[in-house]
Amino acid sequence: MSLESYSLRYALSVSLKRELLLAARQKSELFNPLLFFLVVVIFIPLGITPDKIFLAKLAPGMIWVFALLATLLSLESLFKADFEDGSLEQMLVSPLSLSWIVGVKVFCHWLLTGVPLTLLAPVLGIMLFLPADAYIGLMISLFIGTACLSLIGAIGAALTVSLRRGGLVLSLIVMPLYVPILIFGADTVNNLAQGLPYIFSLLILGVFFFLALLGAPFASAGALRISVTA
Amino acid sequence: MSLLRFDEFTCWRSDESLFNPVNFNLNAGEIVQVVGPNGAGKTTLLRCLCGLYDDYQGDIFWQNSPWRSRFYDFAQSLLYLGHNPGVKKSLTAAENLQWYTGIQKGIAAQLRIEQALAEVGLEEYTNTLCQEMSAGQLRRVALARLYASDRPLWVLDEPFTAIDIAGVSRLEQQLQKHVAQGGTVLLTTHQALAIEKVKNLTLEPCFDEVLLES
Amino acid sequence: MNWQWLHRFGSPKWFYEKTHLWVWGLGVLACGLIFVGAVWGLAFAPADAKQGNSYRIIYIHVPSAIVSMAGYYVMAIAGAIGLIWRTKLSFIVMRSAAPIGALLTFAALFTGAVWGKPTWGTFWVWDARITSMLILLFLYLGIIALQGAFQNQDAADRSAAWLAIVGMVNVPIIYKSVEWWNTLHQPATIKFTQKSTIDPSMLYPLIIMFFAFYLFYFWSLLRAVRVEILRRELKTQWVSDILKG
Repeated sequence: MSLESYSLRYALSVSLKRELLLAARQKSELFNPLLFFLVVVIFIPLGITPDKIFLAKLAPGMIWVFALLATLLSLESLFKADFEDGSLEQMLVSPLSLSWIVGVKVFCHWLLTGVPLTLLAPVLGIMLFLPADAYIGLMISLFIGTACLSLIGAIGAALTVSLRRGGLVLSLIVMPLYVPILIFGADTVNNLAQGLPYIFSLLILGVFFFLALLGAPFASAGALRISVTA
Repeated sequence: MSLLRFDEFTCWRSDESLFNPVNFNLNAGEIVQVVGPNGAGKTTLLRCLCGLYDDYQGDIFWQNSPWRSRFYDFAQSLLYLGHNPGVKKSLTAAENLQWYTGIQKGIAAQLRIEQALAEVGLEEYTNTLCQEMSAGQLRRVALARLYASDRPLWVLDEPFTAIDIAGVSRLEQQLQKHVAQGGTVLLTTHQALAIEKVKNLTLEPCFDEVLLES
Repeated sequence: MNWQWLHRFGSPKWFYEKTHLWVWGLGVLACGLIFVGAVWGLAFAPADAKQGNSYRIIYIHVPSAIVSMAGYYVMAIAGAIGLIWRTKLSFIVMRSAAPIGALLTFAALFTGAVWGKPTWGTFWVWDARITSMLILLFLYLGIIALQGAFQNQDAADRSAAWLAIVGMVNVPIIYKSVEWWNTLHQPATIKFTQKSTIDPSMLYPLIIMFFAFYLFYFWSLLRAVRVEILRRELKTQWVSDILKG
C-alpha cells in the first residue's frame, strides 16, 4: 500500500467519522425531516378525502412527494455549519479533493435522512392504504431515489451555502432537477400497485443514481469553491 | 533560497484594485508581517495565496514556478489559519485535531495530537468538548494544528486573537522556533510583536479615483 | 498568451462602442420580419380545416417556445465562457439572457393556453411539451432567483453560471423523463405541430417567424446587454461621459 492510497482512505475514514460524530452529538436535528414526513401525511385525508380507494390510488406518488419535500428541508444544513465556522476553508486548502469530502457528506446525509425515510415509508403506506404488493417496491425505489435526491440536492446546497436565507432559493433551484427522479421513482411504485411491469423504471432510477454519483460531487465541489472564494 | 516571490501582485474586489501591486521576496527562515491600514486587503492577500480567493493580478512564484500551476504541491507545504478557525464545538479537541491532520493527508498518531495540545497548554482538555471551552481555548485548539503537522510555511491571519498574554509569548516563541528550524511564517496581526527580524510586507491601499477604463 | 483578442472582445466598453450600429440593424430586421411574418400568418395564410382561425396562434407560440429553449443554452454557454475565461462580458450576457428567456417561455405557455381554450376546450393540459416548457420556466426563474439572492456581484454571476451549466446538462434528461411520463398517462397526446402534414402555405410564414423571433431575441439581448454594461460600469469615465451627453 503506497502512502498516497493509504492517506486517501484514512482521510475519508476520518471525514466519515467526523460527520457521524457530529450527527450523533446533535441528535435532535436528525428527527426533523422524519417528523415532517410523518406529520405532512395528515394533510391529504384532512384536506382532500379520507376515502380508501382514492387514497390508495394516490398513495405511491404522495409518499414519494413527501419524501422529496422532507429531503429538501434537510438539505440546507449540509454545508452551512462548515461554511460558517471556517471548516470549509480548511477543506479547500487541504490536498484532499473537495469532491471526496462532498461524497462523504452526501453519504452521511443519505444514511441519516434518506434511509430513515425509506424505513418510515411503510407507516405512511398503511395510513394511505397503499396496496400490499407495493411496499417492497416503495422501499427499494426510495432507497435508491433518496440517494439521488441527496446527491442532486447537494449541488443546490453548495450553491446557496453563503446565503443567509438560502433555504427557499435552494428549494427553487433544486426542484426542476428532482423531476426525473420523482417521475421514475413514483412510477415504479405506481406500476407495482397496479400489477404492471416496473423493472424499467427501477433500472432508470439506478442509472440516475450512477450518473448522479459521477457528476454531483464534482458539481457540488465546484459550487462550494465558488461560494467560498467569492 | 526564495520561497515565495510576489511579482506585481494585487487583489481585486468589485472591479477595484485593493492595494498597489507588490513586489516582495520571501525566503525560508523568515518571519514576514503583512502590514497596512484596515481594509487594505491583508486578509484577502493571505486568502488568495492559499487559493481561497481568485480575483488577482500578477503572479506569485513558489520555488520559482507560478504557484497556481503547482497548487497541489504548494498546498502540501502550507498551513493556513484564518479568522474562522474551523473548530467544531460538538467535537473534542483531540477529535478536531485528528480530523484536521487526517484530511491533510498526514497520519498523526494520538501521541502527536496530545503533544500538540500540550504545546498550547490544553493537555487537560484533550477529551473535552469544544463547546465547553472559552473562546481563548478554542483558539488554542486551532493553534495546536501548528504543532500537529509538519508544514514549512505557516500563513496566519490574526493568530493572536483571543489569546492571553502568556499565550502570546508562547506563540511568539513557537514562531521563532519554527523559523529557526527552517520554517517560514507569513502573518498579519494588530499585536506589536516582540520578535526580532520581522520583515514587513506593506500594502498601500489603491486610491485610484481616476476612473478605470475597462 | 494569445488571449489578447479575446480580452478585447470581452471588454464591455469595446463591445458597447462596436455594437451601436448593430442595435439599429438588428432592430429594423427583427421588427420588419415579425411584421411580415405576423401579417402573412394572421391575415394571408389559409384557415385550418379542423381548427379554423384559432390555429394562427402557432405563429407566436411555436417560435417563442423554440427560441426560449435555445435561449437557455445561450445563457448557459455564456456562463460557461465567463467561468472559464473570466470575461466580464459573458456574465453580462448570461444575466441579460435570463429574463428574456423566461419571458419567452411564459409567452409560449400563455399562447399555448390561449390556443387550447377554443381548440380543445381547456386552458391547460399536462402533456409532454407544455410540462417541459413549464419546467424550463422554473429553471429560468431559479437562475433569476439565485442571481438576485447574492449581495456580491461576482458570487452571483459565478453561482448562476454554475447552476445554468448544471441545468443545461439536465435539460435533456428532464425532457426525456417528462416525455416518457406522458406516454404512460396520456396515450393520445395532442400534437401541437404536425410538421410533416402542415401545408406549405402555412409553413412559410412559420419559418419567417422562426427567423424573426431569433432576430428579436438577439436584438433584445443586445439591448439588455448594453444597458447592463452601463449599469455595471457606472463608475468609469467613459460611462459618465455617455450619461452626461
